[in-house]
Amino acid sequence: MFVATSVSSGTFVLVGAVFLASCVEMVEALTIVLAVGHTRGWRSAFEGTGAALLVLTALVAAFGPALVHVPLSVLRLVVGGVLLIFGMQWLRKSILRASGLKAKHDEDAIYEESVATLRAAGSTPGRDRIAFVMAFKGVFLEGLEVVILVITLGTSAHQLGLASVVAAVAVVLVALCGVVVAKQLSSVPENLLKMSVGVLLVTYGTFWTGEGLKVRWPGGDSMLLGLAAIYAVVTWLFVLSLRRETSAQTQRTNA
Amino acid sequence: MSDRPPLVLRLIRGFGRFWWDFLVGDTPELFVAALVIIGVIALLSERGHFNTAAIVVLPVFATLALAASLVRAVRLSRRK
Repeated sequence: MFVATSVSSGTFVLVGAVFLASCVEMVEALTIVLAVGHTRGWRSAFEGTGAALLVLTALVAAFGPALVHVPLSVLRLVVGGVLLIFGMQWLRKSILRASGLKAKHDEDAIYEESVATLRAAGSTPGRDRIAFVMAFKGVFLEGLEVVILVITLGTSAHQLGLASVVAAVAVVLVALCGVVVAKQLSSVPENLLKMSVGVLLVTYGTFWTGEGLKVRWPGGDSMLLGLAAIYAVVTWLFVLSLRRETSAQTQRTNA
Repeated sequence: MSDRPPLVLRLIRGFGRFWWDFLVGDTPELFVAALVIIGVIALLSERGHFNTAAIVVLPVFATLALAASLVRAVRLSRRK
């Protein structure tokens, strides 16, 4: 009861957004790490992954506390704008995928493509630089988006520590799943996760853009849940409408 | 002598390219829409009843921007 009343809507949405976004990005990174490990050996794959995680952690440690010194209204306006754009991009992509207008993200295809690239690269004497670089790039580039979300969401909500811990938990969970399922990452409902993150990011983007421009939301932080519900319904309606459009177009083509 | 630009220049270019891809990418309309939304709310703040209008305008404009971007995507996919 105490937990239920003391955790604000803002914290709830923050944890959800950071956790789901971290899971999505880390599944993509894990696909590349698994391809490197299976093809070129695990040592270089782990070294590349570890080095990337260290750099990402250093980025959060360096930029997170620095952003706290930016005036809150300016920070929330900039962060709100960035999250609004980023969230709409994620939502757009996941709606198009759910309605069949865009191919779904295929982890199996990415895995096979990475394996083919690594096999074609040939072997190098001494340490396997190619494997290290590929694992590093995969984890670093996918992780960079998580770092931006952790820093922006965390500092604007004054919960950088919580956001970092949630992202770290997501990374560990995805890594454990990777160990268990080996390379069957295609079974992860990635588009649904991406759609949920899109809804949460647009929600936060709307809320903080407003806060940055001195809008007083009715119900304060509770409005986050209201906005999330509105955007979830809108997303669902867009998917339904585009699916109808796609099937009508298919029928016209077949006729 | 290598023709590659200096490391600092490559890092700056890479940094700029990352943010361009991150914020604009293949959906410049969403980037412009976010700027328009911020501009409209900033203008509304100069008028009366700002708060009520902003509460409505923000989510409505975000939804319209998403709808416009989806329409653009559908048109592009038809052309292909």
